Amino acid sequence: MDKNKLLSEQVQRNSGVDVSKCMRCGKCTATCPNYDLMEYHPHQFVNMVENDKLDVLMKSSSLYLCLNCFACVERCPRGVEPGKLVEAIRLEAVRQKENNHLKPDQIVEKLTEGMPQQAITTAFRKYTK
Amino acid sequence: MVYSYYPGCTLKNTAKELDECGRISAEALGFTLEEITDWQCCGGQYTSGKDEIVTKLSSVRALDDAKKSEQDLVTLCSACYNVIKQTNNAMIEDSDMQMKVNNYLKLDEPYKGETSVYHFLEVLRDKVGFDKVKEAVKAPLKGKKVGAYYGCLLLRPGKVLQFDDPENPKIMEDFIKALGGTPVIYNMRNECCGGYTILEDTDAAGRNTSKILLNAEDMGADFLITACPLCQYNLMQNSLSEKTPIYYFTELLAHALGLREKECFK
Amino acid sequence: MQKIGVFVCHCGTNISATVDVKKVAETLGKEPGVVYSTDYQFMCSSSGQNLVIDKIKELGLTGVVICSCSPRMHEKTFRKAADKAGLNSFLLEMANIREQDAWVHKNREEATLKAVALARAAVAKVHLNTPLTPGSSDVNKRALVIGGGIAGMQAALDIADAGFKVDIVEREATIGGTMTQIDKTFPTLDCASCILTPKMVDCEQHENISLVTKSEVDTIEGYVGNFTVKIKHKAKYVDPDKCTGCGLCIQKCPSKKVPDPFNLNLAPHTAINITFPQAVPLVATIDADNCLMIQKGKCGLCATVCPADAINYEDKDSIEEKKYGAIIVSTGFKPISLHNFDEYAYDNSPNVVTSLEYERLMSATGPGKGTVLRPSDGKHPKTIVFQQCVGSRDTSGRGKTYCSGICCMYTAKHAMLTREKYPDTDVYVFYTDVRSPGKGFDEFYRRAVEKYHVHYIKGAIGKVVPMSNGNLQIQASDLLMNEQLHIEADLLVLAAAMEPDKSAKPLAQKLTASMDNDDWFTESHPKLRPVESPTAGVFLAGACQGPKDIPQTVAQAGAAASKAIGLLIKDKLQGNPCVAHSDENMCNGCSQCANVCPYGAITYEEKDFRMPDRTTLVRRVASVNPAVCQGCGACTVVCPSGAMDLFGFSNKQILAEVDALCL
Ligand SMILES: Cc1cc2nc3c(=O)[nH]c(=O)nc-3n(C[C@H](O)[C@H](O)[C@H](O)COP(=O)(O)OP(=O)(O)OC[C@H]3O[C@@H](n4cnc5c(N)ncnc54)[C@H](O)[C@@H]3O)c2cc1C
Ligand code: SF4
Ligand code: SF4
Repeated sequence: MDKNKLLSEQVQRNSGVDVSKCMRCGKCTATCPNYDLMEYHPHQFVNMVENDKLDVLMKSSSLYLCLNCFACVERCPRGVEPGKLVEAIRLEAVRQKENNHLKPDQIVEKLTEGMPQQAITTAFRKYTK
Repeated sequence: MVYSYYPGCTLKNTAKELDECGRISAEALGFTLEEITDWQCCGGQYTSGKDEIVTKLSSVRALDDAKKSEQDLVTLCSACYNVIKQTNNAMIEDSDMQMKVNNYLKLDEPYKGETSVYHFLEVLRDKVGFDKVKEAVKAPLKGKKVGAYYGCLLLRPGKVLQFDDPENPKIMEDFIKALGGTPVIYNMRNECCGGYTILEDTDAAGRNTSKILLNAEDMGADFLITACPLCQYNLMQNSLSEKTPIYYFTELLAHALGLREKECFK
Repeated sequence: MQKIGVFVCHCGTNISATVDVKKVAETLGKEPGVVYSTDYQFMCSSSGQNLVIDKIKELGLTGVVICSCSPRMHEKTFRKAADKAGLNSFLLEMANIREQDAWVHKNREEATLKAVALARAAVAKVHLNTPLTPGSSDVNKRALVIGGGIAGMQAALDIADAGFKVDIVEREATIGGTMTQIDKTFPTLDCASCILTPKMVDCEQHENISLVTKSEVDTIEGYVGNFTVKIKHKAKYVDPDKCTGCGLCIQKCPSKKVPDPFNLNLAPHTAINITFPQAVPLVATIDADNCLMIQKGKCGLCATVCPADAINYEDKDSIEEKKYGAIIVSTGFKPISLHNFDEYAYDNSPNVVTSLEYERLMSATGPGKGTVLRPSDGKHPKTIVFQQCVGSRDTSGRGKTYCSGICCMYTAKHAMLTREKYPDTDVYVFYTDVRSPGKGFDEFYRRAVEKYHVHYIKGAIGKVVPMSNGNLQIQASDLLMNEQLHIEADLLVLAAAMEPDKSAKPLAQKLTASMDNDDWFTESHPKLRPVESPTAGVFLAGACQGPKDIPQTVAQAGAAASKAIGLLIKDKLQGNPCVAHSDENMCNGCSQCANVCPYGAITYEEKDFRMPDRTTLVRRVASVNPAVCQGCGACTVVCPSGAMDLFGFSNKQILAEVDALCL
């Protein structure tokens, strides 16, 4: 089977998201606070997974800009939970060989005065495998 | 009443105030936060992937510790609350997760989600009661207009956390009232501060926090309170507006209970 | 010796595609007692029915089994045919090989085996069937309409015009329902009052109609043709026979801050009040909770000024008992509460309103007297945003899973009327889909876009932030432009989903009428019996059965009325002969059957029994009122001594069926 299709199935399984439930209302994208910085928006994630465009999504910077704020998850009228889908795709991306998005030696330059430990642990959890 | 207390890494470092004010206020209100021994960092964010087992282990260890001491588990930090409560829920709802985590941990007795997880605010609301808190207040916040900042971690996903109405919460507003202050309702109070993406793009947090602060100021807040160190940091560091101070809710509580003096609240 | 005929239907290909009908007919032909067995393409067609009639006559059949669809569909059809041929209709049975077989199986061999088994069971039952004759009961020639909205009014007028008496029981002080709150109506944009108030007056003046306002149904007993209903009249504190509706009391009443549900709390009213100037009946009522006299014993101004001496502070709720032959349910709908949708800031800004509230803001009898004003500060709004589907088509658990059906149209109406009246306003409509399948409906919606230049945007609102000056910051998506929009608006109008009136569920329980999962009343058959409830004698009109606009409501109300007339016009009703009866010799008077009977059909009597030794024993035994019994069979199951049995479904017959299936 096509690699894209396999990946599409894997991310749906792992996130528990059923993309066919989406009714294309656009509320997820309407509510997303990081819309301006993201190349693809929550409804596009849903749509592109449905159309097996995983190779495109896997390379997108949007994976690392989703805030995991769950606004889209909470407000989707169909219970699609797009944010969980973004998360599952990001997991696939960072689990690939040599594909950690954040390397320990980058931390020093990013660290600022008073930055809470929470920011660093969370970034590690989100950006690395 | 004694609770198993999970402080989390940030409360031992940059957010010492959140922790200390929480503990002394608890004592003054008649309950004790007993720190779980050997707790490990929760990771700061819940990973929702069904195959994410390792990232659940530290939370389950803490939950199991509380279970053994037959205590409810309490957190002060929103992030720890979110991660541990979602993990606990997965241990109840997802039998596959439960099995794999237990296989990994090899505990004396498998953990199946027996522990109840509360945020400190829930303890105040549901166990102590805000009316009792009100009675204990020695230095009421007369005339102070306080904006509660919830962020996302206390509220979402609403179905799992069941903390409050995720779109129009009122627990912190009731808390402010109990301390004698006037809560300011502003609708950005449950929008994301930008979270950990400051490490990716400082701009992100700046844009979000500015909108939040401008809305709070416009609606008349003198200052904001929060339960999350990262929210506080982002709001303070990255915002375009610098008029509005942001405090931990426990700082406000300790002050109102007469346990701490602080210039700003006077 | 029995002579049984078996007829196996193809139902086009509905059955024959999955079941080998020839084989079924062939196999059944060899059953003991079966003298004729055949298959046929459409048994329910007239030639199919004639085949049954001819064979009964020709072969002198003593019993018939039809293997076809569910008896709900065609039992009546075939029993009539048997009757025509001179065979008691209760000697005919159906084996359901469509819904319970062909439609639910894929494997032809298995489905055929199952069809044979079901047919065998039916044959086994027919062997034990006995001729039954239904009894009859009288029909009370008066109808009850519950809910006086446009549906209830239309149904009442039609029944009254046919010459029967009708009572409309309405919970509020005036009839008219939701339409009284609406400003203008799609698709013609005629004013709602202009088409509604004449009908309200017609109802009041019709000699056959009685308006029973501020009243609700308390209990309902009885059965089709013979309902006994207790009606609870709530205290009005004003004698409706004396009150002339002059309104002097309203001018004088000092309690002026009473929430006004008619204006959806957008403006207050007085404790003594007439709902609106065209109310029918045009009489004042007092809101006791807010009346200074009733609550504190101080005031009494209205009694002093009333020229008709109509005020009565001592008024009490009362109960009245009445008898009816037919009942029409028309309790309508309500918009859902939006407290679960505060991302739209409904609870945190007065400038976020529901569509029904917007009707009040537009209406000449509303708080702005016909000028749309922003609730927060009375300013004229310049930017108005509409969001469709709020809480409709929602499977997340927060709203309703269904499409509310009318919101696309009334939103187009609101947008158009706003632009018509205030061309300087910017109007945005966020939609998921625009659904406009009615006559002239799509043209209506397109007019809003093409002629009135309403900005229709395929997308949604995701977050609303009220500002201290009352404006709303709206964050939304435009899917076709692939953009996120930020609009600063004066007013946001939310098309809230429709739900049944809260009283519908308890009412359905009183009526033993069925409802769906969302508490809409269900019809007997979604296509073929759309205005009858499955409970005999209870008919459905309007939005209580599902979301509807006015044209659909009125059409359904007329249909429900004609069904009710069809019932009221009969002098006698044939009962159901399949009722319970008890064998006095076996009954030990334990009362278990009476306890479970949902219809109260079982009573006890003391009876004398002659014993073998010529003494007389008085025993308490059950007796069933066949007119009340609905044949549900609950009693036969609980009876510990086997005394209760059901005609047509006797224990023996059912065991014979089970044996035929299992052995
Ligand atoms: C905002 C909005 C705009 C609309 N605009 C249009 C339009 O332009 N054109 C159009 O065709 N349709 C429109 N509609 C739809 C229209 O309102 C309905 O089709 C119509 O009101 C349905 O009539 P009904 O009699 O079935 O129900 P209702 O109008 O709801 O009447 C029900 C009546 O029953 C009473 N009642 C309820 N329960 C009980 C009880 N237990 N005992 C006694 N009485 C009871 C109620 O008080 C009420 O009087 C609109 C609807 C809304 C919400
Ligand atoms: S909110 Fe839900 S239903 Fe609407 S477009 Fe997004 S994923 Fe699809
Ligand atoms: S979870 Fe990600 S995609 Fe969803 S609203 Fe938040 S930032 Fe946007």
